[in-house]
Amino acid sequence: MNALQIKKGATKHSAYNLRPTFSEIEERHTLAVLVENEPGVLARVIGLFSGRGYNIESLTVAEVDHTGHLSRITIVTKGTPQVIEQIKAQLGRIIPVHEVHDLTVEGPSVERELAMMKVVCGGDKRVEALRLADIFRANVVDTTLHSFIFELTGAPEKIDAFADLMRPLGLSELARTGVAALSRGE
Amino acid sequence: MKREMTGAKMVVQALKDQGVDTIFGYPGGAALPIYDEIFQQNDIRHILVRHEQGAVHAAEGYARSTGKVGVVLVTSGPGATNTVTGLTDALLDSIPILVITAQVPTFLIGSDAFQEADTVGITRPCTKHNWLVKDTDALSGVIHEAFHVATHGRPGPVLIDLPKDVQFATGNYEPPKPSTSHYQPRVKGDMEEITELVAAIEKAKRPVFYTGGGVINSGPAASQLLTELVDATGIPVTSTLMGLGAYPASGKNWLGMLGMHGLYEANLAMHGCDLMINIGARFDDRITGRIDAFSPKSIKAHIDIDPSSINKVIKTDIPIVGDVAHVLEDILKVWKSRGRKTDAEALVKWHRQIDEWRKVNCLAYKPSETSIKPQYALERLEALTKDRKDRFITTEVGQHQMWAAQFLGFEQPNHWMTSGGLGTMGYGFPASIGVQMGNPDALVINVAGEASWLMNMQEMGTAVQYRLPVKQFILNNERLGMVRQWQELLHGERYSQSWSEALPDFVKLAEAFGAKGILCKDPKDLDDAIMEMINHDGPVIFDCLVEKHENCLPMIPSGKAHNEILLGDAQTQGAIDTKGSVLV
Ligand SMILES: Cc1cc2nc3c(=O)[nH]c(=O)nc-3n(C[C@H](O)[C@H](O)[C@H](O)COP(=O)(O)OP(=O)(O)OC[C@H]3O[C@@H](n4cnc5c(N)ncnc54)[C@H](O)[C@@H]3O)c2cc1C
Ligand SMILES: Cc1ncc(C[n+]2csc(CCOP(=O)(O)OP(=O)(O)O)c2C)c(N)n1
Repeated sequence: MNALQIKKGATKHSAYNLRPTFSEIEERHTLAVLVENEPGVLARVIGLFSGRGYNIESLTVAEVDHTGHLSRITIVTKGTPQVIEQIKAQLGRIIPVHEVHDLTVEGPSVERELAMMKVVCGGDKRVEALRLADIFRANVVDTTLHSFIFELTGAPEKIDAFADLMRPLGLSELARTGVAALSRGE
Repeated sequence: MKREMTGAKMVVQALKDQGVDTIFGYPGGAALPIYDEIFQQNDIRHILVRHEQGAVHAAEGYARSTGKVGVVLVTSGPGATNTVTGLTDALLDSIPILVITAQVPTFLIGSDAFQEADTVGITRPCTKHNWLVKDTDALSGVIHEAFHVATHGRPGPVLIDLPKDVQFATGNYEPPKPSTSHYQPRVKGDMEEITELVAAIEKAKRPVFYTGGGVINSGPAASQLLTELVDATGIPVTSTLMGLGAYPASGKNWLGMLGMHGLYEANLAMHGCDLMINIGARFDDRITGRIDAFSPKSIKAHIDIDPSSINKVIKTDIPIVGDVAHVLEDILKVWKSRGRKTDAEALVKWHRQIDEWRKVNCLAYKPSETSIKPQYALERLEALTKDRKDRFITTEVGQHQMWAAQFLGFEQPNHWMTSGGLGTMGYGFPASIGVQMGNPDALVINVAGEASWLMNMQEMGTAVQYRLPVKQFILNNERLGMVRQWQELLHGERYSQSWSEALPDFVKLAEAFGAKGILCKDPKDLDDAIMEMINHDGPVIFDCLVEKHENCLPMIPSGKAHNEILLGDAQTQGAIDTKGSVLV
């Protein structure tokens, strides 16, 4: 676990942090869930969200510790503080779940997402697309006489912004990985 | 020490090593290797049910009455899908059971093979955890882990899906050893929170204990500690349907059951208290009624082993995550060390207020000389059996279930088995079989409605085959009584499909199975008939013809507050408003 630089899990804290917050305002939270990498574990997590009617804005998963067979699932979800508490507690009940971290409340964190965009255009629009790509530090990973594929990494808002700019220029396909996130510092 | 054996043999060996001596099941093609092993040994008794749903409910009854894990063995496909209702029932009521399902061989999985079903996929949402084992070497470890998961933390059903080739193949068997599982739920409560609760107890003027199934789940020590704490502090105690028996019904601080069909005094105490101490209950909607009107002026403490139960429904002021017995022990220790204080004067006033509520006599009903009132039948059953320490009661689902909860008194934990969370009609009869298997000399009575009972009546074959003297006490109102009651209150007395038509002659039915049948319709004959049932050494179907349109009261209509409870003589027409009528 040390190799992964993860702080003690929220699921193991005192029940004091289960104290209710009375707000009814919906918040966006990014959760990092460490799970045993066994068959069906993703289905359990997704089934929990669909079965109990929680939102998933983004979900990514990959094995991060090959020797320990642990995968890290990053989920971006939305809900009132009470619902967010429930989501974390419900995730904690899934047997192969080792730790649940709420990166949104556990201190500052960084979020990144990778996107690929195919833009089909010619003439001035081609020049403009390249100029904007340069500003956003997007890489060209494929090009034909009539199209580009840009690759862009950044916070989800940055990707949204770039996609918005590409749309009038001929954005024809967009693939996003979903959010990966880590807390800052040690 | 490692030993080589087949997967099928491993199943039997692991069960033995886990102390299992009884399993409930039904064979089929994919399970035959395991059945072959069962044939060749004598340590584990296999009870052949008549339907796999029956096996699961029997295992639930066995588990709840003995405190052990109930074990079920079924075949692939239809055998597995027939367990789904029982698994869901056990999940909602936190009952530890292990279901082993056979599966088609690994090389056929995914090919729509004969009797193939995606069992782990189907049962993922209705088990605490499940496993598909594809490697015989991993099998014994998974079985031991399954027992660990079923019994630790909040108990629940687990399932192991076992392909036929894995049963045939040989592998290394490992005996159980202390769990190395990362799944080690916390049992000790936080001392700061416990101290905060004790301080609240010392100051409270109108405290109440609201106890639930978690006390039973925690084991007999929890019930003892609860009784000690209640009696030492003199704080009144109520319980959910699932927690009945944790505090003795004859105890002087007992308020009776609370909730939708709970007692007036219990519900008003909950509504009016200034400190509510929830011990192993989950603020079910049958309890809270209208959330924003639920006990508006109280500080709420909640002891629960499952963090997700806390703040799920009701916001808690003093949350304590831990096992009931562990936490109660610490509460008692702290409370004693701080000088055993309560606000004695206020408690006297509080009890006086509760006594006023008691005078309402909320369970009163109009007696009849000509027909058997269901309440009367249960009063007589209680009077004639309550002195027997070995009396176990199971129920089906409906009015009779609520009347049983109201009119029967439970002195000990684990003697009351009912389907609370899922409300599964057809639960009670197979559950009574499981209870009798776990308690061979006990008096096991299933209080049933005729409609529920018919849902798993095939288990008469099981009861007769194994000479299980289970008593089926059917309160026969020839109606789906609880449905009819809701239709009366909510749907203008339009009794849509709530009749039990074409009922069998239950006496003949009993006889057809080789059991005893008793018919009783006159209140004057009731005592003798009940004694005849009890004294008969064998299974009995008791067909008790009761008043057909009796309503089960008190009742807090859905969407109403605790203090809007309907009583026996209340005007019930139009009691539930349209907003409440969308609730179930
Ligand atoms: C027709 C019908 C009518 C009903 N009417 C009523 C009614 O009027 N009144 C009523 O009370 N019920 C009623 N019920 C039952 C109701 O639906 C619920 O099943 C019941 O109220 C839940 O009981 P509980 O809160 O004790 O929770 P349970 O389902 O027993 O849950 C136990 C709780 O304890 C926790 N726990 C488990 N083990 C431990 C441990 N070792 N330590 C600490 N905590 C632990 C669990 O996490 C859980 O939160 C009715 C059911 C039916 C079918
Ligand atoms: C499997 C299942 N189907 C439907 C229901 C809905 N339901 C709840 S109570 C009830 C009627 C039960 O009738 P009966 O067993 O005769 O008992 P009574 O209410 O008359 O005492 C029904 C249909 C249920 N709880 N379970």
